[in-house]
Amino acid sequence: MNSRDLILSKIRAALLEPKDLPIIPDFESDADLKAKFIASIQANKGKVISKEEFLSLLDSGVFEKVYSHVKEFSAFSNIPFPEDAHDLNDLNLAILQGQFAVAENGAIWLEDQDMGLRALPFITEHLVIVLDSIQLVANMHQAYGRIGLKESGFGLFIAGPSKTADIEQSLVIGAHGAKSLRVVLV
Amino acid sequence: MSHPIQAAAFLEDQAKSKWHDETLWFVRDKRDKISKSVPEWEQLRTLASQIKDNVLANLGSYLEEFEKNATANNIHVHWAKDAEEHNRIVLGILKEKRCKAIVKSKSILTEECHLNPYLEKNGIEVVDTDLGERIVQFLNQAPSHIVLPAIHLKKRDISEIFHEKLQTEKGNEDPDYLTHAARIHLREKFLSAKVAITGVNFGVAETGEFVVCTNEGNADMGVHLADVHIACMGIEKIIPKREHLSVFLRLLARSATGQSVTNYTSHFRSPSKGKEIHIILVDNGRTAQLARPKFKDSLKCIRCGACMNTCPIYRRSGGFSYESTVPGPIGSILSPGIDLQKHSSLPFASTLCGSCSDVCPVKINIHEQLYEWRQEITKAQPDRTKGLAMKIANGVFAVPFAYNLSGSMMRGALKILPDSITYSGLNTWGKQRDLPELPKESFKDWYKKNRK
Repeated sequence: MNSRDLILSKIRAALLEPKDLPIIPDFESDADLKAKFIASIQANKGKVISKEEFLSLLDSGVFEKVYSHVKEFSAFSNIPFPEDAHDLNDLNLAILQGQFAVAENGAIWLEDQDMGLRALPFITEHLVIVLDSIQLVANMHQAYGRIGLKESGFGLFIAGPSKTADIEQSLVIGAHGAKSLRVVLV
Repeated sequence: MSHPIQAAAFLEDQAKSKWHDETLWFVRDKRDKISKSVPEWEQLRTLASQIKDNVLANLGSYLEEFEKNATANNIHVHWAKDAEEHNRIVLGILKEKRCKAIVKSKSILTEECHLNPYLEKNGIEVVDTDLGERIVQFLNQAPSHIVLPAIHLKKRDISEIFHEKLQTEKGNEDPDYLTHAARIHLREKFLSAKVAITGVNFGVAETGEFVVCTNEGNADMGVHLADVHIACMGIEKIIPKREHLSVFLRLLARSATGQSVTNYTSHFRSPSKGKEIHIILVDNGRTAQLARPKFKDSLKCIRCGACMNTCPIYRRSGGFSYESTVPGPIGSILSPGIDLQKHSSLPFASTLCGSCSDVCPVKINIHEQLYEWRQEITKAQPDRTKGLAMKIANGVFAVPFAYNLSGSMMRGALKILPDSITYSGLNTWGKQRDLPELPKESFKDWYKKNRK
């Protein structure tokens, strides 16, 4: 018997009594979604900024190599988008558009089409996600309700910058991925 | 060696063990605070438990559904009955790709299968990319906690090993500085690896996708730069529907570290163009545990580590004292199912206080299972040291005269016995415990005097 059939036959031999799946309630919340989202991003060590603040940041010239996957800011892109993600290794700033976000934890949903290359949000030194403030849901149940069964090869919740606390539980921002996350709420 | 002996070794460094205890309690406290900020927390735990009950009752059909959907999404699905077969499948893929160096993000399953030494023996360089795991890998150690792999180490230890391996400044213990050095070191590894391995937090039957959660982003850095992604998943990690992710993701990070969600939650549904994804579904003793009615619920575990952070024994004995891939309370009910002889002291490494069950996000009755394992172990090994004392006690309790006499004798004897006998090595109870002050008379005598 091959391992697949062996495993499945051992599972069936266990003969467990049937158990129904529960129905997940909506868990409605009357919280102020925008305030909650901003607090969540801050707790995750990200920042929420306005479009004006972002524009002046871009103008300050702190970011050398910039790529914007968002049309509105494409004038700031100064590198050609590569075919191979390895070529993004010295990218200083990536600008992406988030589809929607979750107020309770700050998680922002992105799919393949929002990234161009899957490595982009991770390999870039700094990350900016542009988000429409009407695209906020209260919690993860509503989030998956919204995602539904849409097919994207890769789907990602980003809730903050890359971080670690593996050295004596001291929080350090910028482990392997983006050293900062700024959310431009419009 | 047994748990008490290993625990005693851990406690020799008092300052470090005190730090370990307090730090994990701090994590437990963060979990308490954030869980109380979610009004439906208890309801979520019940839902998660019910979903997992359904999973265990239908595990076979969910795995088949997962296989069908994942295959349709161009994911290669492999099945491994044990650790050896799992390791062979990984090596087979690496050989086919002529790959000599891989990056690997956190996967307790690959620790359980001892994948690293197996691959290294076969000439493959394995780089663990989670910072804590890279630190313990440098030291040739295993993780001592499933979420906080290097929690047994102080920054001084890490500074020393980084000085040796990464040429950081001698004596520089700054966590920012050390993390940055690891970032530069691991960036090189990410850029050069052709194959990346990850664990799996959840596999979704309905869509054939799987989900990986990290804070560092190391899993994603590895797989999106590599040509081939190998995901290693225990068969119990399956959940029925995508919507069920909402329940588990609300519970997982809050229970683990007291944060509302991990900063990255990645859903892998199909490979990008020109790349490959393989997933290995591993049994390795899980179907045997499923067939044990008293212990099958241990398979509901989502590996958050909350039971470790809260456990008074784990906090004061360290992960290594369990000598088991998964330590702590949950490890103590999982491991005896794999090797009862080797892990026979683990179910006794507990006060049965029940705090583990109270914090478990999927409501596993951990402390009750610890108690059940004790029964099994006592049956299998009737000559444990407490046996003789229990037989004498049985005789004494059965005869009222003997009970009365022994009571007054003990009250007399314990007063005059020198501490060297009461706390001698023969009396394991007396280690780190003090006898309470003895009453002058028995309750029976007191009751006779005071009854009116």
